[in-house]
Amino acid sequence: MSYKIETQNLSAWFGSKQVLQDITMKIKGNVVTAIIGPSGCGKTTLIRCLNRMHELTPRAKVTGKVLLDGEDIYGENVDPVTVRRRIGMVFQKPNPFPMMSIYDNVAAGLKLNGIVDKHRLDKIVEKSLKAAHLWDEVKLELGKSGASLSGGQQQRLCIARALAIEPEVILMDEPTSALDPTAAAKIEQLIRILAEDYTVVIVTHNMQQAARVSDFTAFLYLGKLVEYGSTKDIFENPKSELTEKYITGEFG
Amino acid sequence: MTQHEKSQNFLSKIKTNHKKRFSGDSVFRTIILLIACNIFIILGLIIFKITQGAWLSIQTYGIKFLWGTTWQPFPPEPTAPPSFGALPLVWGTLTTSAIALLLGVPISLGIALALSEFTPKSFNYVISFFVELLAAIPSVIYGLWGIFILIPFLQNNVYPHLQATLGFLPFFQGTIRGSSVLTGGIVLAIMIIPTVSAISRDVFAAVPNSQREAIIALGATRWEKARIVMSYGRSGVIGAIMLGLGRAIGETMAITMVIGNSFNMFTSLFEPGSTLASIIANEFTEASSPPVYISALMEVGLILFALAIAVNASARLVIWRSMRKTKEAEML
Amino acid sequence: MRSYRFRKLEDRIMISLAYAALIIALIPLASILIETVGRGLSAMSFNLFFEEIPPLGQSGGGIGPAIQGTLIVVALASVMGIPIGVFSGIYLAESRQSRLASVARFLNDVLTNVPSIVLGIFGWALIVVAIGWSVIAGAIALAIMMIPIVTRTTEEAIKLVPSTIREAAIALGVPQWKTTLTVVLSSAKKGIATGILLAVARISGETAPLLLTILGSRFWFSGFAQPTAALPLAIFNFSQSPFRTVDLPRAWGASLILIFIVLAINIAVRYYTREKYG
Repeated sequence: MSYKIETQNLSAWFGSKQVLQDITMKIKGNVVTAIIGPSGCGKTTLIRCLNRMHELTPRAKVTGKVLLDGEDIYGENVDPVTVRRRIGMVFQKPNPFPMMSIYDNVAAGLKLNGIVDKHRLDKIVEKSLKAAHLWDEVKLELGKSGASLSGGQQQRLCIARALAIEPEVILMDEPTSALDPTAAAKIEQLIRILAEDYTVVIVTHNMQQAARVSDFTAFLYLGKLVEYGSTKDIFENPKSELTEKYITGEFG
Repeated sequence: MTQHEKSQNFLSKIKTNHKKRFSGDSVFRTIILLIACNIFIILGLIIFKITQGAWLSIQTYGIKFLWGTTWQPFPPEPTAPPSFGALPLVWGTLTTSAIALLLGVPISLGIALALSEFTPKSFNYVISFFVELLAAIPSVIYGLWGIFILIPFLQNNVYPHLQATLGFLPFFQGTIRGSSVLTGGIVLAIMIIPTVSAISRDVFAAVPNSQREAIIALGATRWEKARIVMSYGRSGVIGAIMLGLGRAIGETMAITMVIGNSFNMFTSLFEPGSTLASIIANEFTEASSPPVYISALMEVGLILFALAIAVNASARLVIWRSMRKTKEAEML
Repeated sequence: MRSYRFRKLEDRIMISLAYAALIIALIPLASILIETVGRGLSAMSFNLFFEEIPPLGQSGGGIGPAIQGTLIVVALASVMGIPIGVFSGIYLAESRQSRLASVARFLNDVLTNVPSIVLGIFGWALIVVAIGWSVIAGAIALAIMMIPIVTRTTEEAIKLVPSTIREAAIALGVPQWKTTLTVVLSSAKKGIATGILLAVARISGETAPLLLTILGSRFWFSGFAQPTAALPLAIFNFSQSPFRTVDLPRAWGASLILIFIVLAINIAVRYYTREKYG
């Protein structure tokens, strides 16, 4: 199996405060990789470095490399915009565009990137909504506002929106933390299915969730990568004492 | 970092900068930056153009313009040069603004307290809407209303009583005139109420609830609670009052229509007068000659500009400081 | 220590005074509205809207050119002022950290507080001196009044757009400038429209700058480089007329039309944005 994403000595700062230190890890393609750790450990920063969203924060800084299929996305000739088309993202709180309909939300990325062919858009919207397991619930009311959906539906709409631009990788930043358990369970199911076609990286503070959905798990503590391995190993046989403490709930 | 690394770093920075210059983002950023520069250009042009126009007057009369008390574009003696001085105008502006504050500020604070502390929330919405309407009415309509409704009312029902009770003071002596400094001040008072009350209300609303709870827990009445709120928001209220002052100083049409427009170093408030703004509105279009006449009016404009900017800028500073203080207190 | 009874009494008195202040402030508003509507309505006629303005003291005619002039000057000022204001607002909102932006923001506030008569002098010195009393000079003076208001409200409206919305678009691989012009601007459009409408209402009633720039006229619009009539100027001129029986009704009629325009915009804005407070 090839490595889809590889970070090399990745460090990140907010102003003078270093939030990530020398993260080096290889993420496999077509699996789910979970990043866990107590709040403030840098997991959200790490995932935002993977599609160059971190640099949008004022005074933020990144050093090191992130290789996508062997090519450094921080390289000199790389446009962050193209990187983000290949690496989609789903955020902590569902954030559909409030003034757009369900249809327009899913089509937003394509339209803004210049695709206007109605027939093609229709097809992609349907395909993305189906892939996000939302199609059956909304197919009769695609013109309704995206904000009118329930929280769980909104989050699946955001997943459909990310899928519509046909990315290779999907980053998820605590995608279920704002949802009720039933809605969260649906998203978790969906993540498993998505892994058949996409590389999924998910940040979560919920260890059970990491254990349920991921194939590999990385444990981050105070900006450092403490342990990284198969989810089974991390949860059943952690090498580091710190990991064990975290997993058994002694802190965090 | 070694020397080599440093230069590498530097090189890579240059390279990315170079590339970025041609991306859509930097083009967009440059365009909006250029458009935003209009603010600098407009202010610069205003100062330049008006100073340029006032230059003849500044050269002719020098600093004495500020305390000169004559305004004679066409002196009675045909051979005498025209003479101009702005003191009675500054006096008129300051007096009418002072009256406006004296009458308008207590009412505005009452409104602000009522809205933030006493009235029910649903009622607030309607009341603040009406107070905002007061701000929306065009100045010229205040003037028209002032001439034909307010002046007759004041002249018949208020001023005689005022003179009867306070006539021993020099401000309330002499013949009662409807178009007078006092009427001007009253109209300005009405016009600053929306400004002062709206900002004070925001200042009071920003006072942390913990302050209110603390004093209520000590057994305070509603008024005592309101006093704590006021003292907490004191500096913000001062800023609000100064913004009101700024509005009063710059107000033109309404005051031109009710002040009587006489160039007059008045002592009684029942006398007619002029303000910096009103003399410009009243005389500018007819001041085609001599050239120094229009230049003197522009110098009056320059003084007005400087006064208004100074008052408003210090008001912003005071409000900004007080808001920052409130925010810091909330974080603790 | 003060007695409880005294404190209770003081409480009652001060609260009554605060309510009294509310009522005192609303009396002038009520009086202005009642008088303008009452006196204005009796001056209403078909001719008032469509006839040229007669010389002071002469009966007949209307205030058609004043209505037309106000619409033209305000429209021209808006065409100049709105784009500049909106883009400046975008700049201020997008460059929160920059030193230049905070200076620009401060100067924008300064510009808001320049007395309107001073803008009149500026319009005169800049344009009238060169081409004479003209629509264009008035429109420039009014545009300068508009720009800081539109700039400020645009900035505030854009700042209210949650950063998550912006991030969602950027994560879809949309360039930042496109994100701003599409997703962000359309999320903020309500706030921006509110600011524009309030600015339009504000300049529609302005008199002082027009006095020194478009001068006023009795006739229909005859070109951008010519003087023209405007409602506020007409009200002012009628109010100064010695022939009160003829000219005063016209002044009130013009006031009613002007107040109607200004209040309609304000009420519409209130209605449009009410859920924000509800």
